Amino acid sequence: MSDAASPPSPLRRLMARPWLWAYVAAFAVFIVTILFTGGRSGGEVATAAFTFATFSVIVGIGQMFVVTLGPGNVDLSIPATITLAGAVATKIMDTQDGMILVGLLVALACGAAVGIFNYGLIILLRIPPIIATLSSSFLVQSTAIAYGRGIRIKPPPALADFTTSQVFGMPVLAICVILLAAVMEVVLRRTLYGRWVTAIGQNIRAARLAGVPVGRTRFAAYMMSAVFAGLCGYLLSGFSGGSSLSMGEEYLLTSIALVVIGGSSVAGGNSNVPGLWGAALFLFLVVTMLNTYGFGAGLRYLATGAIIIAVIVAASRRRTAR
Amino acid sequence: MTGSALSPRLLRSLLPALSLAALLIAIFWLQPRAMSYVGFNLMLNLAIPIALATIAQMCVITVNDLDLSIGTYVGFVACVGATLLSGGVGALPLVKDLQASGTLPTDLPWLLTTPLAGILVLALGIVVYALLGALIYWRDLPSIVVTLGMSFVWLGLSVVILPVPGGAAPGWIRSLMTLKPPFIPFPIIAAAVIAIFAHILIMRTSYGAVLRGAGGNPRAIERAGWSLLKVKVAMFALAGFFGMLAGLSLVGLTTSGDANIALRYTLLSIAGVILGGGEFVGGRISPVGAVIGAATLTLAGSFLSFLRIPPDWQIGAQGAILIIVLALRALIDHAEKRR
Repeated sequence: MSDAASPPSPLRRLMARPWLWAYVAAFAVFIVTILFTGGRSGGEVATAAFTFATFSVIVGIGQMFVVTLGPGNVDLSIPATITLAGAVATKIMDTQDGMILVGLLVALACGAAVGIFNYGLIILLRIPPIIATLSSSFLVQSTAIAYGRGIRIKPPPALADFTTSQVFGMPVLAICVILLAAVMEVVLRRTLYGRWVTAIGQNIRAARLAGVPVGRTRFAAYMMSAVFAGLCGYLLSGFSGGSSLSMGEEYLLTSIALVVIGGSSVAGGNSNVPGLWGAALFLFLVVTMLNTYGFGAGLRYLATGAIIIAVIVAASRRRTAR
Repeated sequence: MTGSALSPRLLRSLLPALSLAALLIAIFWLQPRAMSYVGFNLMLNLAIPIALATIAQMCVITVNDLDLSIGTYVGFVACVGATLLSGGVGALPLVKDLQASGTLPTDLPWLLTTPLAGILVLALGIVVYALLGALIYWRDLPSIVVTLGMSFVWLGLSVVILPVPGGAAPGWIRSLMTLKPPFIPFPIIAAAVIAIFAHILIMRTSYGAVLRGAGGNPRAIERAGWSLLKVKVAMFALAGFFGMLAGLSLVGLTTSGDANIALRYTLLSIAGVILGGGEFVGGRISPVGAVIGAATLTLAGSFLSFLRIPPDWQIGAQGAILIIVLALRALIDHAEKRR
């Protein structure tokens, strides 16, 4: 890829990072937005962007590890898992501060259960992961509907405070998730597990022959995706004043969009975590910008779709004779 | 190998029909009155749009792609059907608002009231699908992401056309969807027509074999001199066509449009294709099976209501049926390998 003759300068190396463009785009959109307001409310816009990006980054990390495993690996059960974990956790916590930790464990356990079920389907029925996570999402969504009964239970006050608290205009939750993303970047790049995931995505046969425990690695990735979805459901229900049956809906498309816009390869084997944050901020800021300029919901959807397609076309190369 | 009456191969191809039959028997056992003209009409009405959307999804799956936008596209067609196709540009809420505020005259010229506008927009929709096929081929793009973006585009267009649910389906679609032919309920005739038409188109024509071959072994098809680009364009255009029929039949049943009317069709159509014996890759698909799969998914709702299980579990039942059928298929495959 890079010319071996001379080591590239630090600037060239930065420019070659696939995730850089998500940040550049996010910053450009931010500038355009605050130009409209004449520089006022720039802080609020940034705070809101970090607040809402946080939730999509949590599920984006899980989705990214799954997508890295190679073509056909997508977790479609994320929205249902978010809804189920949110519903079960708020019901068990029952607005009591003392139950916050129990609620967290229950939400993570919900995610773990979905992850085990997903991977069980993939292995036992020998079906593509898309079909497995699709069928399990039907079951999980139904369970969430039947369990929650649409009754909105408030989260414990301390959890609501924590998920909405800020330091110097920066959401505390966003800081935590930036740290989480940093840890996951290290896991992806520096640990044996992360290298295994990437190796499987690049060539599953070669990985298997090289002694990578393919089964265990894939299991862990699906498990991680579901557990992160559980965590997202827990935090989201704390943030938005209780769980609702549609709270997970938007996160299916968002989680996949983050992976793509963040510069990870959809074909797997080449991913990065920093891009998720850039993409999440970018997507939220685009919506804010269109809102600021007075565009309606229809045009906001149109713009989001056009951006996703434009990014994937720009990142692609012309078909070459193979 | 072929001597046994129930070879795994035969069993596998009969599995979709057998699961539908099992579900129907269970329903009739629970509620014998469902076995009537009216009963079938009520239970299977909504199977028509779902079956058409499933055929559309099947076209895309044939060439190893996946359409995550079919649900919002069906909703878009329904919105166009309830506005442009029934009263032309003049039927758009936006234009009506302008008329009410006096910006536009109450009597619009012919050009603004002709349903031709609707036909034009629907044709453009199919052209967009064909272009997507070309784009996905040219740039070697992952269809999941492209159609994911398109799902936002269709939803946005629907909201622009019809900001709040409303409009009215054209009379001719409504009367077609509420036909009461003698003896055989309309949904059954419609399902049979859809299945036979798609079967002949994709399974019986020589170009249909090329289309399926492009999913099984694209290089072989290319070496034989066929254009893979044309194949992709053809299959995506077909998907757009069947998706359009799905949206029109849906708006004929509901009589008014709504941008969010068919969001669940995306996942239902994938489930229908798989339930009907289609494979995810390799161009192994079955149009008849897909229609049967769609009917099975639709009947799951009726089955639950006869069991007096709350409708909360309807999606769950559809998932359970999918998993059970896939498990049976895995068992059959296992038995085949052991021979």
